[in-house]
Amino acid sequence: MPPDLQVSVSPHIRSQETVPRIMWTVAGALVPAGLVGLYVFGWRILVVVSLSVLSCIVTEAASLRARKLPLARLRDGSAVVTGVLLAFVLPPHAAWYVPVVGGMVAIGLAKQLFGGLGHNVFNPALIGRAFLQFAFPLQLNHAEWPYLIRRPLLEIFRGDVASADAIAGATPLAVLKDAPGEVFSGGWSFWDLFSGYMPGCIGETSSVAIILGGALLIALGYVNWRLPVAYLAALVAGVLLFPVAGADGALRAGLPAIFDGTYPWQNLAVHVFSGGLMLGAFFMITDMVTSPMTSRGQVIYGVIGGIMVALIRLYGGYPEGVCYSILIANGFRPMIDRFTMPPRVFGQRDIAAGGTS
Amino acid sequence: MQYVKLVIAAVFVSNFVLAQFLGLCPFIGVSKKTSSAVGMGIAVIFVMTLASFVTYLVYWKLLYMPLGIGVDARDYLNIVVFIVVIASLVQFVEMVLQKSMPALYRALGIYLPLITTNCAVLGVAQLNISRFGSGGFAAGLLGATLNGFASGLGFTLALLLMSAIRERLDEADVPLPFRGVPIAFVVASALALAFLGFSGMA
Repeated sequence: MPPDLQVSVSPHIRSQETVPRIMWTVAGALVPAGLVGLYVFGWRILVVVSLSVLSCIVTEAASLRARKLPLARLRDGSAVVTGVLLAFVLPPHAAWYVPVVGGMVAIGLAKQLFGGLGHNVFNPALIGRAFLQFAFPLQLNHAEWPYLIRRPLLEIFRGDVASADAIAGATPLAVLKDAPGEVFSGGWSFWDLFSGYMPGCIGETSSVAIILGGALLIALGYVNWRLPVAYLAALVAGVLLFPVAGADGALRAGLPAIFDGTYPWQNLAVHVFSGGLMLGAFFMITDMVTSPMTSRGQVIYGVIGGIMVALIRLYGGYPEGVCYSILIANGFRPMIDRFTMPPRVFGQRDIAAGGTS
Repeated sequence: MQYVKLVIAAVFVSNFVLAQFLGLCPFIGVSKKTSSAVGMGIAVIFVMTLASFVTYLVYWKLLYMPLGIGVDARDYLNIVVFIVVIASLVQFVEMVLQKSMPALYRALGIYLPLITTNCAVLGVAQLNISRFGSGGFAAGLLGATLNGFASGLGFTLALLLMSAIRERLDEADVPLPFRGVPIAFVVASALALAFLGFSGMA
């Protein structure tokens, strides 16, 4: 795409920053999370990730062809990033057609139909995931996801998920939803939750790997730190403040329990470190195309997303709400931009707003 | 608490546009610009609240109960009676707007009369009857009116989100066959997909 951006008036500042460079950096930042996924779930995830990426690339190429646009646009790497992100929010045991259909919906429906990179309103990977949730609910809502017994890294390539080496378990969030209080008797320690050794989607389990990649993006200036911080803080505030029915059925907010020392802190750890929250906070809600332009707008946007996660997790039908929360925040985004965009240059007014040029 | 639940359910969980797919014609028709979407939203909130109140009153106190019309006949008569009630209400709103806010009246154009036969307004009146049938008249009337107001609020929220998105899409490089209404429906389906996250709540 850089060749499209040649004509402009001086002064010019030359920068090495290009769309392909940003996209491939994002893809690189996702590698640690993928490696942990490979360690935890085994080689099967390579199949899901490759199919997803392949499906995205093929759909992108077909769409560009149909729209009579240069196929060279494929090289910007955005289809690859969408493919990886989509695979990362799919379960490791997903059948082959799940990532294939997801990639087609993500790129075809949520990206190219809106005009391609930079024009999409919703995060393509998450539209793909939300679509799959309803197209193949059994594949995605399966409560018990297999993961491997801890063993040396090299053995993984000889291992088979279906063998006796694999053990199945409900995701921590699903346990929290059905039987709160039993999360840490399910065999997970705090370190397991933080490092990512638990059932879940392919690339979302390891908070430490995701934070590593996210920190790189923040350091490079591709991500505004306010956005993930607002998102995470709003979730924590929501989980602590919203009243939840206790064992006796009475509604109770978490905040008073903190002061008398009875708050179950491990539940909060499950909310923050398991599920797709970290991946969402650092790689999904921070998507340059679908997040607001101003810092103030990004904070509002992150807070809306975080509160939605808390609402869906605490009161909704799903144990996990990250995907929907970000899609809802995406929906609010044009309105947020509308009300938070900075004043125009030299107080210029829009022609549509009543001024004349 | 139950009223808080009722409002949240009407605005988010069973949003008339994004979860029940009612009232799509004004949703698509008036969502091109945020300014007219605001006007339309206010009109819908007003009409829905008033219609809920009046139709509930008409159902229990004016027509059916005193006249002793059977349940079967009522199911058919509801639509006719409610349409008449709602139509006269909309006529009233239109006259007020034309007199007091001509700019808004012109901005709404054909869509204000369209609320008359809007399935969302008729839908909320019908659903109120079956939903608040038991539990006393006063509580039912309050519930129905609140439900009408909250449903209008949910409609307005959907309309506002949609209009802001469509204003943004005006500048997007949408493929020619999908410009305008088609991409609006794609956006609506994506929003509906997002709102499915609320399912199972309240």
